[in-house]
Amino acid sequence: MPETHQPETHQVVILGSGPAGLTAAIYTARANLAPFVIEGEPSSTSDQPGGQLMLTTEVENYPGFVEGVLGPDLMTQFRDQAARFGAQFLTRKAKRVDFSSRPFRIWTESTEGEPDILAQVLIVATGARAVMLNVPGEAELIGHGVSTCATCDGFFFRNQKIVVVGGGDSALEEASFLTRFGESVTVVHRRKELRASKIMQDRAFANDKIDFIWDSVVTEVLGDGKVSGVALTNIVTGEQSTLDTSGVFVAIGHVPNTSVFAGELDMDENGYIKTTDGTRTNVDGVFACGDVQDHIYRQAITSAGSGCMAAIDAERWLEAKGEA
Amino acid sequence: MSEGITALSDATFDEHVKSADTPVLVDFWAEWCGPCKMIAPVLEEISAEHKGKIQIAKLNIDENLDVTRRYEVMSIPTLMLFKDGEPVERIIGARGKAQLLQELQAYL
Repeated sequence: MPETHQPETHQVVILGSGPAGLTAAIYTARANLAPFVIEGEPSSTSDQPGGQLMLTTEVENYPGFVEGVLGPDLMTQFRDQAARFGAQFLTRKAKRVDFSSRPFRIWTESTEGEPDILAQVLIVATGARAVMLNVPGEAELIGHGVSTCATCDGFFFRNQKIVVVGGGDSALEEASFLTRFGESVTVVHRRKELRASKIMQDRAFANDKIDFIWDSVVTEVLGDGKVSGVALTNIVTGEQSTLDTSGVFVAIGHVPNTSVFAGELDMDENGYIKTTDGTRTNVDGVFACGDVQDHIYRQAITSAGSGCMAAIDAERWLEAKGEA
Repeated sequence: MSEGITALSDATFDEHVKSADTPVLVDFWAEWCGPCKMIAPVLEEISAEHKGKIQIAKLNIDENLDVTRRYEVMSIPTLMLFKDGEPVERIIGARGKAQLLQELQAYL
């Protein structure tokens, strides 16, 4: 028999624990609002406590770190700083939410019965995760040559041929990182030009171990038990080919982690939460910050900045209600 | 290493998983793997809460390439469950506690 718990009520609940969620936690904690952070669950995708930076190595553009900082270390610092001011953490995910009345209702244990957490004000910072290719062979070969985490799995491809799919900063960052291990790294990109920043492009072009296949998409991941290659189609000429490789790393873009909010929060056609007037959503008392509402900038620093905005918006909103 | 969790090596692996009187869940991990660190506390809890039914062990893949290669581990964290010395379950990638317990349910 499941026990019946009284739901816990918190003044501020934050969903997500990347730069946005943890900055919101630091600010609301310092405003004595005792934030409760539902930080997510471990996974090998970026939908996990700490967010996308947990799967990166060197972060060189976060201000204040002259020599750079490791992504996971940076997020540990964020979390410790929030905890220092009294933020509490729960290592689970929201499975169901109901924003139709206040306090907002959140289920983290089961979607059945009564919610286990109630929130007077809610800050949504659930971020985004990497998109997979969705081609034959990919799902079957995850962990057998198809990887969602270059920092975890690069080691296994020492002196082997590696393919990275994508043309943005994340793709080139992974490609550069993987040259530490692989004999060669081939970047497969669907266009003729990269989306990545100039500095990342310059670095990649200067690296002897990285080469490029342009205007091409992966149509299948090949291999029996482990990856042996990828099938490619040139989308300009229609030409099909096969490329031998033992590792496939996918970095073709992101989707927001918003499926749990369907029917509750207004989103754009790609599932990003719509915000207006700072970080307000269509539900009064629910705020959104970070990559869950931003598909344009997507940086740790912009995410942290919008987390700070959400904290200030939430605090003022509670003040206006006479509840802060 | 926390109490109840054994650190295995290439030298001790076979003997340990064969002689164990319960199934052994082996966590293939490395220092530089973020998701591996995230599941460490989950494994500690499972080890404490299911004592006598399942044992948890860890194998550092950086230092123990023989066993890592033998089981063709190509992604970490990988969790492999050994019963009577034979692998019976392979879980690739980090999980939350509830999900992990569900996947191990048949052995608990």
